[in-house]
Amino acid sequence: MSNHGDIILEAKGISKQFPGVKALDDVSLTLRRGRLTALLGENGAGKSTLMNIVAGVFPQDAGDVKLAGEVVNFSNPRQAHEAGITMIFQELNLVPNLSVAENIFLGREPLNRIGLIDAKAMNQQAAALLEKLDLAVEPTAPLGSLRVGQQQIVEIAKAISVEARVLIMDEPTSAITEHEIEVLFGIIENLKRQGVAIAYITHKFEELARIGDDAVVMRDGRLIATSPIKDLTHEAMVQMMVGREMKQRSDKARSEPGEEVLRLENVSLKHADRPGDFVLQDISLQVHRGEVIGIFGLMGAGRTELLETIFGLHPRASAGQIYVEGQPVTIHSPVDAIDYGLALAPEDRKSEGLILGMSVAENASLPSLPRLQRFGFLDQEAEGSLVGEAIERFRVKTPSQNQMIRNLSGGNQQKVILGKWLATHPKVLLLDEPTRGIDVGAKGEIYALIEELTADGLAVIVVSSELPEILALSDRIAVLCEGKQTALFDRTDANEEAIMNAALPN
Amino acid sequence: MPPRLAKFQSLIALVLMVIAMTLMSDNFLTPDNGWNILRQISVNLCLSIGMTLIILSGGIDLSVGAILALAGAVAAGVLKNGVAIPVFDVLLQFTVFGAIVCGIGVGLVLGWFNGFVVTRFNIPPFVATLGMFSIARGMTMLWTGGFPITGLGEGFGYLGTGIFLGVPMPVWISVALVAAFVVLTRKTRFGRYLYAVGGNERASLLTGLRVNRIKVWVYTLGGGLAGVAGLLVTARLDSAQPNAGLGYELDSIAAVVIGGTSLSGGRGSVLGTVLGCLIIGVLNNGLFLLNVSPFWQQIIKGFVILAAVAIDKMNQDKP
Repeated sequence: MSNHGDIILEAKGISKQFPGVKALDDVSLTLRRGRLTALLGENGAGKSTLMNIVAGVFPQDAGDVKLAGEVVNFSNPRQAHEAGITMIFQELNLVPNLSVAENIFLGREPLNRIGLIDAKAMNQQAAALLEKLDLAVEPTAPLGSLRVGQQQIVEIAKAISVEARVLIMDEPTSAITEHEIEVLFGIIENLKRQGVAIAYITHKFEELARIGDDAVVMRDGRLIATSPIKDLTHEAMVQMMVGREMKQRSDKARSEPGEEVLRLENVSLKHADRPGDFVLQDISLQVHRGEVIGIFGLMGAGRTELLETIFGLHPRASAGQIYVEGQPVTIHSPVDAIDYGLALAPEDRKSEGLILGMSVAENASLPSLPRLQRFGFLDQEAEGSLVGEAIERFRVKTPSQNQMIRNLSGGNQQKVILGKWLATHPKVLLLDEPTRGIDVGAKGEIYALIEELTADGLAVIVVSSELPEILALSDRIAVLCEGKQTALFDRTDANEEAIMNAALPN
Repeated sequence: MPPRLAKFQSLIALVLMVIAMTLMSDNFLTPDNGWNILRQISVNLCLSIGMTLIILSGGIDLSVGAILALAGAVAAGVLKNGVAIPVFDVLLQFTVFGAIVCGIGVGLVLGWFNGFVVTRFNIPPFVATLGMFSIARGMTMLWTGGFPITGLGEGFGYLGTGIFLGVPMPVWISVALVAAFVVLTRKTRFGRYLYAVGGNERASLLTGLRVNRIKVWVYTLGGGLAGVAGLLVTARLDSAQPNAGLGYELDSIAAVVIGGTSLSGGRGSVLGTVLGCLIIGVLNNGLFLLNVSPFWQQIIKGFVILAAVAIDKMNQDKP
């Protein structure tokens, strides 16, 4: 008979290499019955990677995972699931067109005697689960009609609907309300009493004191410390997570913002699936030369959609007026946006920012090709010098211009994207999560480059889900919550708590 | 296979096939047979250049065989019978050059329509060009009444049977087109955009490329090249057959794929497609010389396509 505190899951010496970055380097983790182990660390520290390995999403390069003393090698999440390891992912893994109940029971629907789905039983069981989680939605409602926070609760309902031995939660509270958090904590207490081992990734320290037992601190893919939470102070945790002084932006380099380059007036975006509903509602914003505007919001707040709307990707669904250098403009497409001096570095570099099958040079010169022609043919000399300048200015580490872009690290890929846009001499640079998936060193470089660019008069809009990043970069910070602008802070008045309060739905 | 060799896999396959055929048949490696093969593949080459562009851009075109038939029939029809305009009671007569322009023009227009439907209505290329396949086949039947148009005269026939400086005209034409499109794909902005759109359409759009305009051009060119192929077929036979080009789209997709162009777009080359056409040509010709039954020829060709793609995939998956 096993007791509370017995080891359920043990991972030893786990390493994982992704192209261009060592995500995990000899990391070990122990999860115990009835205890909650908090994984702490900055974005990119390797927490999610470690959990994905434990949950069978992808294999480790080295090291062993033992479940109840036996070495396990899951080749997919389903196997891990059947062995009793359940993970609630940070990104929602739900099907919007199916109902809430169908989502909860996806893949293990209750069947009736002749093998068809027993919808009545399924909806009843779902209703019971939803009641337990105090979520007032119909089990038959289409998932897509729920708020993001509610969807996250459905994801939690899905996870606790099976008897799990190990439950992994990746930032489950990032988009839900205070009340929903309370309910979730109650559930967690319950699960702990039942002997479930919980791994919990979070950035919110205040949660730890309430529900946490052990802490594991990670940094740059390495294990920094393992300790009972009661032995750690807040400061000690931050110190271990960051491992360095947070680089503050030098204030002397910053000048007074110049004249206005971009103004949004009541910019709205209709919801694609829900008529009458808005993804963005009446966003108004002024951006000046040499200024960095930070846009913060939780998942589903409309951050990315705001940049996309400015960049002309939703010409039919959007409303409101955009001014560039005081002139009203209509932006129907990225081509228009670029003509008006805008540039966008999208959140997902691999699927939206880069052409992975092309070289560094071909990616970097792509928007500038019209200027790089002679007699109708590409002027390879001019292309080479343009790319060379970009590589030098943005300190891209690449063996040659002809290196395939996919072989560069995330940081260097991002620098190529910056270089590609700067060659078109934009007035406003839109950056969506500019340092996602980039290791700490390269992050600092990207920050420094952004600072250099603004010193030259470029205006920058940065969207980020990382508060420290927003605070470090921005002159002013606009906060979005469910498509509405809930606050606009000046750099001097902004702090993490105030921003978070504005970002959370009431 | 080492990566450096993997790049030349189609070339190696071609050389091995030529050696094998030479060992097995005395009639294979002769100058006459060589010209023969080149002439035989010239039609597929024209189609396949266009298909390469389309597949590089991330699309597919199932209508090239049907466009080929209509272009050939229109060229033959205007040349032989002219076009009657009842309202003015005149009969327009066409020169050989006029007929050529009409044939290629038909290809360009139908190709443009493909591109228009794909981009304007966001219809998957597979479906859009399947529609065009049926439309063009029907129009060909309507135009010809279901009968071949024959007796087109020597001037037009020269395109298919003429020999200039010792080289058959179809070979001249297809080689010239290959040269032009190698330069277009490798040395121009349009070529670069083609790879970009096929490699990552979303990123191309976000980089400010006029993705739809590029795609329309690609399908238009593909149609025009099918028109050229239609002229070659018609001139060679001195007859426009209503059922000309049946199944040619599959041969040209096969040539493109064997030549190492990825069906998902963004990777491949016109020169690779030339090798693909040569491989199919040598295979058809060699098996014919060896008296292999046409039924077996089809089966063998099928396996060659599968092998080519499988080898390509295996090389790709290796880090």
